[in-house]
Amino acid sequence: MDFLILLDFLIPATGAGKAILAAVLLGAGSGLLGSFVVLRRMALMGDAISHAVLPGVVAGLIYSPERSPVFIFLCAATAGVLGAGLVRAMMATTRLKSDTALGIVLAFFFAFGIMWQSRNQESTAGVMNFLFGNIGAINADDLRMMIIATVCLCTVVFILKRPLLVVSFDEGFSRGLGYPVRILNAVFYFLLTFSVVVALQAVGVVLVSAMLVTPAAAAYLLTDRFGKMLLLSMAFGVFSGVVGGVVSANINGMPTGPVITLAATAVFAATYFLAPQHGVLAKLFRKVRRRRRVHRENTLKAIYQIQEAGGFSYDHVSLIELARKRRHTEDHARKECAELLRHGFVELSSDGHAVSLTTPGWKRAMEMVRNHRLWELYLTNEANYADDHVHEDAEKIEHILGVNTVRQLEQDLDFPELDPHGKPIPQPQLIVPPIA
Amino acid sequence: MESLSLNLSLSCHLLRNMNYFTIPWDNLGIGAFWLMLMAFLVALPCSQMGSFLILRRMALTGDAISHSVFPGVVIAFVLIGDLASPWLIVGAGLAGLASTVFIELIHRKTRVKQDAATGISFTALFALGVVLMESMLGKNVDLDLDCVLHGRLGLLLEEHHVEMFGTMVPQPILVMAGVALLTLVMMVIFYRVLLLSSFDSGLAASYGYKPLVIHYCLMFVVSFIVVAAFQAVGAILVIALLILPGAAAYLCSCRLKAMLFLAGLHALLSAVGGLYLHVWFNTDMAAAVVVCGGVLLLLAWLLGPVDGLMWKWLR
Repeated sequence: MDFLILLDFLIPATGAGKAILAAVLLGAGSGLLGSFVVLRRMALMGDAISHAVLPGVVAGLIYSPERSPVFIFLCAATAGVLGAGLVRAMMATTRLKSDTALGIVLAFFFAFGIMWQSRNQESTAGVMNFLFGNIGAINADDLRMMIIATVCLCTVVFILKRPLLVVSFDEGFSRGLGYPVRILNAVFYFLLTFSVVVALQAVGVVLVSAMLVTPAAAAYLLTDRFGKMLLLSMAFGVFSGVVGGVVSANINGMPTGPVITLAATAVFAATYFLAPQHGVLAKLFRKVRRRRRVHRENTLKAIYQIQEAGGFSYDHVSLIELARKRRHTEDHARKECAELLRHGFVELSSDGHAVSLTTPGWKRAMEMVRNHRLWELYLTNEANYADDHVHEDAEKIEHILGVNTVRQLEQDLDFPELDPHGKPIPQPQLIVPPIA
Repeated sequence: MESLSLNLSLSCHLLRNMNYFTIPWDNLGIGAFWLMLMAFLVALPCSQMGSFLILRRMALTGDAISHSVFPGVVIAFVLIGDLASPWLIVGAGLAGLASTVFIELIHRKTRVKQDAATGISFTALFALGVVLMESMLGKNVDLDLDCVLHGRLGLLLEEHHVEMFGTMVPQPILVMAGVALLTLVMMVIFYRVLLLSSFDSGLAASYGYKPLVIHYCLMFVVSFIVVAAFQAVGAILVIALLILPGAAAYLCSCRLKAMLFLAGLHALLSAVGGLYLHVWFNTDMAAAVVVCGGVLLLLAWLLGPVDGLMWKWLR
């Protein structure tokens, strides 16, 4: 038992230190498993398991008057695994769908726990700590248990990281690789129940599922790499655990679980709006920018087409003409040209009523017209579209075609010179504008 | 002499046996009937709406709603100060609506999937409710953590009584009877719409029943029932009353009308059985009703005419 003595060095003497260590363990355990839960779309399974451990907790409290953490832990884990097994059995043998099976197990186990507890109220006085969490009530024995469980959890996940990951993403593929999928799934349910039980005293039965889902979902919005997601979700879990512990310790009678949950939700809300790649604001920003670019490119194209209709003989294109072509007012055309001017695609004539394309403007406009006409040709020649059906499609795709796709199209179509309507396809790589 | 003592012991035995079934009435008198009636009146509308939730694979949406109406109830209670006020239903309805909106906002706008979005929204709202309750309400009000867990079914007999047809009826029973009646009437009126949209929403849409409108109306009715039931059995056990009757009936029948009838029957049986469990084992009444419903469901799983494990093994 030497290592147990070693553990005692890790456990801080002060109450605040214990609470913080508990928060760290809780965040680490549930953040780790939570990432898998979010990826496997099993958030509601986590909820069902966390409610299903209640009868185990009650049994632990009743049959162990000295509150042995190991005993309570084992009872709770047994109840959780039993609940998960019952869900699987119900789904395998009846027509009930997964959501109903989860709901049944959640409700039945929880009600059974409540009923049992109400029968033995004096021996289960601490049950409220397990229901809504009380990080301040965690003592050295509980911490020792939590440390051992968390270390086991992390070790197993670290060893089995690869197979667990493959099973999470694609069960059929992992079966093809020869992994024992059923065993891995069973291991996963065990680990999930373990992490729920570790978090139990700090967060409580009712809200443990928040610790499984919310930090991991926040991490999921921040990164595309699984390893990073694991670390981030553990960090978020620890952060919300510490914040919740500190805040609830300073408000009289406030259970820890709800405060931790709200802290985790605040982290999620922040990433929901601000995440650089998948955040709502970043997406909105990208959308606005794309719409503006499409607008600019359409104006450039209109100027090019006006020039083309005049045989590239004019120096300038008047704003009235542009407005007529774009079917807008002159004011609107002026705004569009101001936007182009800002990007250096056009120059304004001396009287301010006409514009001429600069060299980059010519290049961009020719690219757009080329993309459009190439695509029209591709659709008529290779995809057998009628030539009066291709314009709408090309109107959208011209803004998206990349350099490589254009080169591929040119090769496939054998470097064409005319589009299906008989108009010439410009060659922007020559850069020389037709009127220069 | 001997035969007399035998006779006596036999009758004692019989009496004791009889006792098991009359204990509630011996202990509580007419109160036993009120408790049972209340449990049934709460379970009945839940069972009917829950059946539709199960058919629409929205069982856990029911769970999410039952958790997330809580902050609405707390805020309305802080403003009104009366647990029986109809404003509580409005507050709860709004909170339920907010949770469905949050779920949509999260899973439509980001790559977080629907299940995780549900988990995030309802835990956050529930936590908000608990924090609001603990920080804004004093210690001596009826709305506390105990009420969230157990409901107030056990306090029924101490509630305000109203005289009706010459007997004193606890007021919550009248309210709940109104809710149950309203739900049943609504269900009869909209039966066709519910039936169609639950089984084939595409067909329902082609008849002109807008799926989104039906979805939100259903959510509103569920929130309405959940609030009414919340006071009786608490925020967490509501889900049991929504799912268990419908699921048990689903295991026993393939016809919707039969399923709805069986779900109602399940509600009645679990109310009666819950009363007995409550008295026999001296436990919390709300949890006893749910446990009894769960046992009935296990029986349906084993012996149900459609999905019974027994018949499958025998075959």
